[in-house]
Amino acid sequence: MSLLAVEKLSVGFPGHTAVHESSFSLDAGETLALVGESGCGKSVTAFSVMRLLPPNAQVKSGRILFDGLDLLTKTPAEMRDIRGKQISLIQQEPMTSLNPVLSIGLQITEVIRRHEKVSRKQARARAIELLDLVSIPDAHRRIDDYPHNLSGGMRQRVMIAMAVACGPKLLIADEPTTALDVTTQAQVLDLLDDLRHRLKMAVLLITHDLGVVAQWADRIAVMYAGRIVEKADIKPFFAQPLHPYSRGLLGARVDVDTEEHYLSDRLTEIPGSVGSAAGEAGCPFAPRCPIVVPACRLAPPPLIVQGERAVACPRVSA
Amino acid sequence: MTVEAEIVDTGSRAAPKKGRRLRAFLRNPTFVAGVAILGFFVFIALFADVLFSDDPMAMMSSPLVWPGEDMQFPLGTDQLGRDVLSMLAHGARASLLVGISSAAIGLAIGMVVGAAAGFFGGWVDTVSMRLVELFQTTPTFLLVIVIVSISAPSITTIVVAIGISSWPTVARLVRAQFRSLRESDFVMAARSLGYSRLRIIVQEILPNALPPVIVAASVMIANAILTEAGLSFLNMRDPNIVSWGGMIGDGREQLRNAWFLTALPGAAIAMAVLSLNLVGDGLNEILNPRNEP
Repeated sequence: MSLLAVEKLSVGFPGHTAVHESSFSLDAGETLALVGESGCGKSVTAFSVMRLLPPNAQVKSGRILFDGLDLLTKTPAEMRDIRGKQISLIQQEPMTSLNPVLSIGLQITEVIRRHEKVSRKQARARAIELLDLVSIPDAHRRIDDYPHNLSGGMRQRVMIAMAVACGPKLLIADEPTTALDVTTQAQVLDLLDDLRHRLKMAVLLITHDLGVVAQWADRIAVMYAGRIVEKADIKPFFAQPLHPYSRGLLGARVDVDTEEHYLSDRLTEIPGSVGSAAGEAGCPFAPRCPIVVPACRLAPPPLIVQGERAVACPRVSA
Repeated sequence: MTVEAEIVDTGSRAAPKKGRRLRAFLRNPTFVAGVAILGFFVFIALFADVLFSDDPMAMMSSPLVWPGEDMQFPLGTDQLGRDVLSMLAHGARASLLVGISSAAIGLAIGMVVGAAAGFFGGWVDTVSMRLVELFQTTPTFLLVIVIVSISAPSITTIVVAIGISSWPTVARLVRAQFRSLRESDFVMAARSLGYSRLRIIVQEILPNALPPVIVAASVMIANAILTEAGLSFLNMRDPNIVSWGGMIGDGREQLRNAWFLTALPGAAIAMAVLSLNLVGDGLNEILNPRNEP
C-alpha cells in the first residue's frame, strides 16, 4: 500500500477549477516530483493534502489516502495532530517563513513540545541535535539567534529542522529552493535527500526546475493546467518524454554538454501561454500542441497507463 | 590576527542585540525627556505618603496662603486651608492610577476584539467593527459622563468608564495588524506544524502586532488622565480622593483672586500628558522596523 494516494482529486476556486481529477501515489521513502509551470495547480494539490487550502478554495471530489485513511474526512483537531507530526511542509520563502520575533531555538522546541510529551530541557537538547543534523555550525550557540541573524540558506535549514523535528512520514517541499542561489540550492537539496534516507520519509517535491527533478527525484508527475498529463520514473522520462508538453519542457532546457547557446542557436520554445487553456473543452494543451488533431479539441484525453508510465495523450505511446 | 578577530566576533554575537536596543532608547532625546518627566511623577506618586505624611484633605493653615508666603506651605494653601503641594503629590497618585488602569482595561478589550476580528474575518469582523463604529460615533467624553452618571462616581466607575470608551481605537489598530499578519508565511508555517488557532493568535501573531499598540498605550494613558481631569472639573469625581482635575474644579471660583489654585494642577496635568506623549513618540521611532540600524 502506498503511503499517500491521491485519487481523482478536484479542487475548485469560485469561478474556476484549479485541479481536475488528479491521481498520484507516493510510496514510503520515495521522492515524487510534481512539476509544472506557475499556476498549474501543483501547490494547490499540496495544500489539499495538508488541508490548508485558502478559505475560498474547496475540494470538490476525490480522496486523499494517507496510510490508508482518508484525510478529507478528518476533523480539524485530528488534522492538527497530523500536521507537523506525520506530514510536514517546507515553504518557498525562507526569509518570511520564520516568526521574526521568536528565537529559532524556541520555534523548534515549540514544535517538539506540541507533538510530544517532553520537558523544555529535553526539547532544547533535541533542537540542538536537529540544528546539527541540518548542518548549522555552532548549533548550541546558534540556537538563541533570531531569524534576522541568519542567511536565507540557513533559514531554510532551520525550516527543514522544524519540519523533520517530529519524524514525519511525508515531507511536502513546495519549491524549497526557488528563493535560494544555485550553490545553496544544491546544498539544501542534498540535505533533504540525506534526511530522507536517514529518517525514512517520503518527499513530495514541488518544483518547476527539471534539473532539480533529474538529480533528486525517483518519479515525476507533470501537471499542466490542473491536470496530470504524464507520470513516469525519472530515467525513462528524461530518456524519452512522451507527452508533447513534457517534450516541449525538456526541449526548452539549455544543455551545457551540447554547447547549445542562445548566440549559436535559437532555443526551442512552447508557443502560446497556459492562459490559452481557459475555455478549452478538449485537451488543455491543444492550443499549443505541435501534433494536435481536431479530435483533441473534443474531450480531455484520459490518463492511459502503460506499465510504469502513464500519459494523457492518445497520439503518443510508450 | 584574523583568527583572534573571528573569535571575538562569534563570542559577542548574542550580546549586541540587547545592547543596541538599549542604546537606541538612550540615543532618542524625545524618549529620554519623556521618561525623565514621567519618572519624576511616578516617583512622587509612589512616595506621596512618605513625602507628605499628613492627610492632604486636612486643613493645615489659614486659607488662601500664596505660594512663597509661608515656607511651611511652599505652594500655598487653598480656600479651605489645605496644603497645595501635598494635594498635588497625592493627586499624581490618583491621576496615574486612573490613567494606567483605564488604559489597561481599554487595551485588554481592544486587543481581544481586534485580534478576533482581524484573524477570523467574516461575521466576527463585521459584528465587531459595527460595534466599534457605534462607539466611535459617540463622543468619548460624553460616553464617559453618561456611564459615570448612571452609577455613583467612585474611582472604580471612572476607571471602567474611561476604559470602556477607549477600546475602539486599540481594536482598529490590532485588527489592521492581524489582517495583514494572518496572511504571512510564518502563520502558514505555524498552521502546517499543527498549532491551533488560539495558539497562532497569541504566540505567533500577537508579538508581531505589539509595537504600534505599545505606542498607542502611552497616548491612551495621557488621554485617560485628561478625561479624568475633565470629569473632576465637572464635579463627577470620587469625593474621597484628591485629584488634579478636582483641584482645578475647586479652584475655579477663586480664579480671579487666587489663580495659582488652578494654574498649578493645570501645569501638572500638562506636564504629565506631555511626558506620556514624548514617550509615545520616542517609542514610535524606536520600535519602527524601518528605523532598524
